[in-house]
Amino acid sequence: MKIIVCMKQVPDTNEVKLDPVTGTLIRDGIPSIINHDDKAGLEAALCLKDQFGAHVTVLTMGPPQADKALREALAMGADRAILLTDRRFAGADTWATSLTLASAIRKMDYDLIIAGRQAIDGDTAQVGPQIAEKLSIPQVSYVEDLEVEAGQASIIVKRIFEEGYHRIRVKFPCLITTLAEMNTPRYMSVGGIMAAYNEKQVETWTLDQLDMNPDHAGLKGSPTKVRKSFTKAPKAPGKKFNTEPDAAARLILDALKERFIVE
Amino acid sequence: MEIQNYSDVMVFVEQREGHVQKVSLELISKGREIADELGARLKAAVLTAGLTHPVHSLIELGCDEVILVEHPILEPYTTEPYTKALTEVIRAHKPEIVLFGATTIGRDLAPRVSSRLDTGLTADCTKLEVDLESRNLLMTRPAFGGNIMATIICPNHRPQMSTVRPGVMQMAEPVIGRIGVCRNFEIAFSPEDQHVEVLEVVKASKKKVNIEDATILISGGRGIGSPEAFPILESLADKLGGTVSASRAAVDAGWIDRNHQVGQTGKTVRPDLYIACGISGAIQHLAGMEESEFIVAINKDEGAPIFDAADLSIVGDVHKIIPELIRILPELGNRNAQ
Repeated sequence: MKIIVCMKQVPDTNEVKLDPVTGTLIRDGIPSIINHDDKAGLEAALCLKDQFGAHVTVLTMGPPQADKALREALAMGADRAILLTDRRFAGADTWATSLTLASAIRKMDYDLIIAGRQAIDGDTAQVGPQIAEKLSIPQVSYVEDLEVEAGQASIIVKRIFEEGYHRIRVKFPCLITTLAEMNTPRYMSVGGIMAAYNEKQVETWTLDQLDMNPDHAGLKGSPTKVRKSFTKAPKAPGKKFNTEPDAAARLILDALKERFIVE
Repeated sequence: MEIQNYSDVMVFVEQREGHVQKVSLELISKGREIADELGARLKAAVLTAGLTHPVHSLIELGCDEVILVEHPILEPYTTEPYTKALTEVIRAHKPEIVLFGATTIGRDLAPRVSSRLDTGLTADCTKLEVDLESRNLLMTRPAFGGNIMATIICPNHRPQMSTVRPGVMQMAEPVIGRIGVCRNFEIAFSPEDQHVEVLEVVKASKKKVNIEDATILISGGRGIGSPEAFPILESLADKLGGTVSASRAAVDAGWIDRNHQVGQTGKTVRPDLYIACGISGAIQHLAGMEESEFIVAINKDEGAPIFDAADLSIVGDVHKIIPELIRILPELGNRNAQ
C-alpha cells in the first residue's frame, strides 16, 4: 500500500499576539508547526504502516524552512519526504497550490492520498478536494476514522456532518481529508530523529521538475488575489466595572431591561 | 473564459433530505442585494432527490429563477453527482457569481466545482461587496488564522465563487406574491457517477444543539473553572430563553460538546445577547461572536482582551454573579407579561 500525506508547515496562529500599541500583528518569533489536521493524517498513515507495512511519503509545498516539518515527519516514521520549494510557488492561492501538489503527486505511485481538512493559517479547506479533482480521483472529506478492507484495495471511512455521520466505502486510488480529532499523533523517537537527519533525506523539487504550465504556479497562476489586508478595528469598548456580585448582577439586569432583552 | 459572457448571481441551495438549509436562505437574501447592485438576476440551483421546502418561498425571498435538478442519486450527499450536476448548471447558465454555505457539504463541494471549472474560490467570507466599475465581487474574510482580515478578488476568472458561514448574512423578509420561475434541469446521471458507496447514515443521538439560531447565548470559557459550572449557565439560559455555548478552550478541555463551540473553528453567532463567562477573548473566539448585538463579559482577569469587545464589562467571579443574576431575574418577567 502506498500512501502520500500532504502536509503544511504553518505558523502557530493560536499563539499570535497583537501589538498593544500599534494594533498590528507581531509576526516575529511565532513558532512553526505541522498543521494539526495534517499531522492527524500523517498519524493515520503511520498506523497503516504499522498494520500493513504501507509506504508513507510526506509532501510539502513551502519555503526552505519547511524542511524542519518534513524532518519531524521522517522522525515519526515516514519513509520518504519531498519538499516542493521554488520562489515561483510563492503567493499561490489554493487553485495554484493544488495544481502544483497534484503535478508532484503524478510523478509517484499511490493508493491513498491523505490531506488535512484545513490549515490553521488559511482555514480554507480547499486544497485537498482541489488536488483530488486535478487527479480525477474520488474524495471524502471530514474523515474522523478509517479502516482498510481485506484485500487492501478500499477503505471504509467515517465522514462527519453537522448532525451525524456517514460510513462510506471508497476504492483506491482516492483522497481523504482528515480532522485533528481523529487521533493523537505519536512523538518522534530519539532514534527517529537521528535517522531523520542522518540516513533519511528530504528531496527538494522545484517547478522545473514538475510537468505543469509554469504560468499556473504561484501568485501569477492564482485566480484569486488579495486586494488588501487589515487588522480589524477594535470596537470601542463599553463600560467596565469592578464591583460586588450583587451590584454586578444589578448592572447586568438593568442593561437587559433597557434593551428589552426578554424571554 | 470570456468574462463578459457571464452574468447573474447564483446561490447553491443546500438541502438535506429535502430540507433547505437556513444558510441558503441567508445567501439568497444577500444574493438578492448583490444582484440588485449589479442590475442582474438571482438564480437558485437546487440539487435534490425530492424537496419538501416549497419552491415559491425561494422566489419570495428574492430568486428570479429556481433551477431544479431532481434525481435519487442526490440523496444522501456524495461529492461526484453534486459536482457533475452543479458544474453542468453553471456551464449552461454562466453566472458571474456563485455563493455556497460554508457547511460540511459546501466545503466539500465548492472546492471540487471551482477546480473543475478552473476558477477562484474564497472561503468563509464575512463580507461581500460589489465594485461597480469592474463588476468584481469584493470578498472579505479572516486570514492568518483569524488574526487579520483580507479582501480578495477574482478579477480574471468566472464565476467568482464564495462560501459563507451560517449566521453571517441576514435573512431578508419575504415578498409574498413575488414573481419568478422554476425550471427543471435534466442531468444524465449514470451509476458510474457514484464514486463512493454510502454504507450507513447515522444521525447524532443527542438532541441537536443549534447555537446559531439562538437569540440569547450564555457562553462559558476556561475561566469558569470546571465543567460543573455549566449547569449554572444552563439555568440562566433557560430562564432567559437562551442557549449555552462555549469557547474552544472549554470544548478542548472536554467540558462541553463541540456543537456548542463559538469561534474561528467553531460556529459564527450573532445573537441579541451574548454573555461571555470566564472567556479570555482570544481573537479566534471574537471572530465567532463579535457581531452580537449586545455583549456582556464577566471575567476575574481585569486585563482579559474580551473586555475590549464587550459593551458591558464586569470584572468579577462568574460563580457569584450568575446565581445572583438568576435570583433577581423575576423582575424582568413582571414588566413583560404579554
